[in-house]
Parts: sequence; structure tokens; C-alpha cells
Amino acid sequence: MTSAPAKYAHYFADFQSLVQGPGAGAPPWLRDLRDNAWSMFSETGFPTARRGNERWKYTNVGPIAKIDFNFSTRPTDANGSRSLAASYKIEGPAVSDLVFIDGRYSPELSSPAAATDGITAASLASIFTDSAFDLESQVGRYASPDGDGFAALNTAFLHDGAYIHVGDGHSGKVLVRLSYITVDGTHPKVTHPRTLIVAGRNTDVTVVESYYGPKDSVYFTNAVTEISVGDGARVDHYRLLLEGEKAFHVGTNRVKQEKDSSFSSASFTLGTALARNDLEVLFDGTGGYCSLNGLYLTADNQHIDNLISIDHAQPNCTSRLNYKGILDGRSRAVFGGTVVVRPGAQKSDAEQTDKNLILSKFAEVDSKPSLLIYADDVKCSHGATAGHIDADTLFYLRSRGLDLDTASRMLVHAFASEIIEKVQPEPLRDYLNTIFAAAIPDKSLPIAWTG
Amino acid sequence: MAAVAKGPTPLLAIKGLTASAGDLEILKGIDLEVFAGEVHAIMGPNGSGKSTLTNVLAGSPNYKVTGGQVLFEGQDLLKLEPEIRARMGLFLAFQYPLELPGVRAWQFLKAGVDARRLHNGEEEMGAREFDQMLKAKVEQVQIDPDLVKRAVNEGFSGGEKKRNEILQMAVLEPKLALLDETDSGLDIDALRIVADGINNLRSPQNAIVLVTHYQRILEYITPNHVHVLFDGRIVRSGGPELAHELEAKGYDWIKDAVNAGV
Repeated sequence: MTSAPAKYAHYFADFQSLVQGPGAGAPPWLRDLRDNAWSMFSETGFPTARRGNERWKYTNVGPIAKIDFNFSTRPTDANGSRSLAASYKIEGPAVSDLVFIDGRYSPELSSPAAATDGITAASLASIFTDSAFDLESQVGRYASPDGDGFAALNTAFLHDGAYIHVGDGHSGKVLVRLSYITVDGTHPKVTHPRTLIVAGRNTDVTVVESYYGPKDSVYFTNAVTEISVGDGARVDHYRLLLEGEKAFHVGTNRVKQEKDSSFSSASFTLGTALARNDLEVLFDGTGGYCSLNGLYLTADNQHIDNLISIDHAQPNCTSRLNYKGILDGRSRAVFGGTVVVRPGAQKSDAEQTDKNLILSKFAEVDSKPSLLIYADDVKCSHGATAGHIDADTLFYLRSRGLDLDTASRMLVHAFASEIIEKVQPEPLRDYLNTIFAAAIPDKSLPIAWTG
Repeated sequence: MAAVAKGPTPLLAIKGLTASAGDLEILKGIDLEVFAGEVHAIMGPNGSGKSTLTNVLAGSPNYKVTGGQVLFEGQDLLKLEPEIRARMGLFLAFQYPLELPGVRAWQFLKAGVDARRLHNGEEEMGAREFDQMLKAKVEQVQIDPDLVKRAVNEGFSGGEKKRNEILQMAVLEPKLALLDETDSGLDIDALRIVADGINNLRSPQNAIVLVTHYQRILEYITPNHVHVLFDGRIVRSGGPELAHELEAKGYDWIKDAVNAGV
């Protein structure tokens, strides 16, 4: 067994009790995976040293590293979370609802769809030992713990999560809603939610992944999601970060797209003291399409970091990236978008934009789009903007009788609606419209008088 | 047109109004009275202050009032926020209507109607009642019904934007409509539709101030009074015949007359 550096001693103690504790019962492949990941974490640690580290240049994870978060090995009472898991309802025959409380699957709050050939939507813990699912060859395949402290820590503590598998050629839409809920505790908690989505050839899968937690408690969600989109398949992935105001969240998302596949993601961020959304998409086959969308609304001292990378490793792929931020208070948003076009990846078509609406003179955006192009027949563009509510536009609304506050809210909501309107499941779209409208700060006073 | 009987107080009374944009003085002393039931046309060359006048009256933040007084139904208009002016029944049809991506026309118009109703101590309009009213107005101003389902002015042609202003005016039913070059950039069919929309609004209870560079729209809308604005002042006032004189002689005639001190 690897030793732990002194500063992560409490993580090591929790790790020891997980791997040696009663009921651990993990198959050998999982033990190896965890041990290896722990070694990686103890070598890498948290990326607190930012000098020369481009990936963490604008985000300080010191506050995460400083707190001794507890990894809870006991199941937690789930009753208080019932209403969260039922915030909105999506109906349909192939709809599964999986709820995780403090990182553990909650059978009483979940309602998986009736068993159907070709569809699995289950808790990872329930199938780790079932060789029929061959998790060994899938878990950790896309999100490597190597050199990434957060992914390594998540993998070292891998004990439960969601497994969604839709077999080749399954026809009809499959929709799975995942709710990862942290409940209030006496000591700051850490959870390591893990999601694995495998969409087989020509399948159509929608996954809504939501994160919730107590409003006023300090806790840490360290999530990893791996997605494989098979030949000709389509995956729509929604990620709702609705954590509490003192929460820390690091989400590592790795997507691999096969030939002629389509992937869309929409990431919504509200709340959270410090959030990092790390998303990497790899075109591993030709003819792929991806559309990555994001919307974040920050206030107070919140810090939101979106780091997105699209790897055009194969020719004839198209990527669209459109993120929008609304910043109030002394909040800060970091956007790093990278498009890589590999040698030979001709006819790559990539567009990325990051637009920010700034409501306070104390808020700040660091937007850093970059293109790394190693092929000559490509079409790539990027743009980033940060602006205020336009005074002339505001006057137009006021001249129709709308007061300053109503007009400002209408314009802020309109700015957000471009992203929300693309959400396909209608109940989810309505839900997002409602929670974003409610989150728009009062008196969004304009500070761009053009006159 | 027969003379309209004037009430005891004008709907709008402007006295010695001066205003500037930045350091530039644009309005240099405007005096104008508008009574209910009247249509006033304000003409003048580019840069004379026509748009400034309508924008100042609507409360645009881009101009600073430096002197004078404006009474609207006896109230000091210049002290009021733009939205209060609108709720009291003042409407400005913008020369360059703004695009509002993400704001549905329905939502925008209903918010305006409800703001005015609440201001008047009435309840908000029910969604169904509003739908029916909007449908009737859409037919009245002959606008493509699909435009109302889209975001306000987003991707509209110039003519569609102008028509949309007329629709907004029809929906909000103002007491005083200020039309800032609503006729410019319109083809003859659009001009006729816009003119019809304006004529439909005319009633003994309300008034229209029509700012225009050209005499063309006055073939469809007969004003009670025509004023010529030049260098921030009204230098001529008259009846409809003044518009014809301007059409025949051009604005140079006015410039020359003013410069000669006539």
C-alpha cells in the first residue's frame, strides 16, 4: 500500500477505511483501479501551485485543499431530499430517475424504468461484481487519473455512481435523470459522484445530471463523468449545478465520440462558492458533431471556472461552443476554451463564443479562447465578449412603461434564454427558466450609459 | 380639415425648452402647444433637432435638459422617469427601433399594457383578453402575425421594425404619440400601412406629433399644424399648406430666410 503525504493524511485514512472496511467487497480490478488512483493522487495532490499551470491559472483551489472534508461511509437518511429529487418531472416510458444521497444510490428515492432489453440504468455499486457488464474495461477509460488530482481522488474513492448503457441499435429515446444530493452534516463532507454513460451504435440517449446540496453548509462535490457516444449515436447531456452557496464543486467530464455521432451538452451553473466545470470532447471518428452550451449566473464572491477542450482528432467533424455568463457582485468567471485540430483532420469546422453580461463593476471575467490548428483545410473561429446592459435598449423598454428593475430583469433573462431555449425536454426547460428568473439579482442596474 | 375645438388646457405644453447632447446644445428654445385631437407635423432638415425633441420628451438618457418646461396634462413631464411618462400615455415610435433578442413580443407588449393598467389603478389584463386584443391590433395594422411570435425586432427588416412600432402604439393606445421619422425608409406600401395605423389612432381624445423629413407621408395623414424646426428652434408654423411650400421650395428656403433674419 502506498503511503500518504502528511498533508492528505485524513484522505488517506478515509481511503484506507473504504478499501479495507466491512462490505468493501470490491472485485480485484476495482481494487487495482483505486490503488493506482490513490498513488496518482498522492503524487499529484491538488493543483494549488498555479505558476506555470495553465489549467489552473485563474482558479485557486487552496480553499478546497485546506479543508479536511469527511468522506462518509455510512448511508445517510434521505427523507429531506425527496422534494429536491422531484423538482420537476419528466414523463415517458424509457425514463429512469436515479437519486444519490451523499454519493450513494438511494433505492427509496429512485424510480428506474422497467427492465428493457438493451437498456441499463443502474447504480454502479449494484453491478461492480457482475461480470456481465464488463465495467472493468469501461470505468476510468476516458477520465484518466494520471496527472489530474481531482479525477484521481474521485477514482480512488470510487464506490458508487450511475451506469447508463444503451445497447447497439436500440431504437427510441432513452432518458435518465441523475440527482446527486449532498445532505447537511456536522462536518464538511466530500462526495465523489461517478457517472458512466455508454451509448451504443445509433442510439438516442438524454441524461440530465443534477447536483444539489444544503444552502449554507461547506461541502465538496468532486464529480467525474465519462461518456462514450457510439457510431451514429446521439447523446444530449445536461448538467445542472445547483449546489449550495458555500459549496465547492469540481466536475471532470470526458466525452469520446465515434464516427458520425452527435453530442450536445448544456451546463447550467447557479450557486456554488467555487465551481470548476472541466469538459473534454474527443472526436475519435469522422463526421462527428458536438454542440457545447453553458450558462452561469454568479453573485457575491462566487467563482466559476469553465475549462473546455475539443479535440478534432479526425477529419470532417463540426464543433459548436456557446457559453454565456451573467455576473453580479464581486463574482468572477473564468472561461478557457481550446479547440485542437490534429494533423490530417481536414474539413474541421469549429466555432466558439463566450459572452458575458456584467451587472456589477466589481465582477470580473477572464476569457481565454484558443485555437491550436495543425491542418490547413479547416474553418475555425472564436470570440469572447463582456458587456453591460445597453442603456439605449433599456430606454426602449422603459419608454413602453417598464420600470428599471423589470426592464433589467427582462433583458438579463433574455440574455440567458438563448441557452435555455435549446433545452429539449420541456419540463426541464420550464424548470430552468423558473430557477434562472428567480436567481436574477434585484436592481440589475446598468452601468453602460452610451450617451 | 375643420378646426378642432381646443380644450382649456393643452395636452402638451412646451415652453422655452433647451437641451444638449454632451457639450452640444441642440434644442435652443422650443415653444409648442398640442391639444387633444390634433396632429402636428414637425419638419426640418437633418440635424435641426427633430429627433432630439421627441427623445427628450420621452425621457431619453442620451440628452440633458438645460432649461424650459414641459407640461403633459398639466404635470411637469421633465421630472418623471421615462416609464412614468409612458404609463401616463406618452409613446415614442423610435426612428431606429432596437432589437431585443430573447424578449418575446407578447411578453414585451403585455408588460407595457399591464404597467399602464397598474398605474391607472386597474388590474393586469388576463392572458386570453390580451391575446384577443393583440390579434385584433395585428389585423388592424396589417403586420405579419408571425412577427409577434418572434423576439422583438430581432432580424426584422427596416420596414417590419417600423410597422412593429405602429403595432406597439396601437396596443398601448397612447394619449400622445411621438413618431420619430417613422416614414423614413419605407416603400410606398409600407408607408400606406403605417399611415393607416396612425390615422386609426386619431381621435378627439389623443394627439400625434409626427416628425418627418419628407412631405410624402402627409399625403396620407393631414396634419392640423405644420412646424419647421431649424437649428433647434421652431422657425415657421402654419397649416398643411406649409408642408407643400416646403416640398416646392426645399429647406434651403427656410435656411436662407432664417439667416436673413426674416
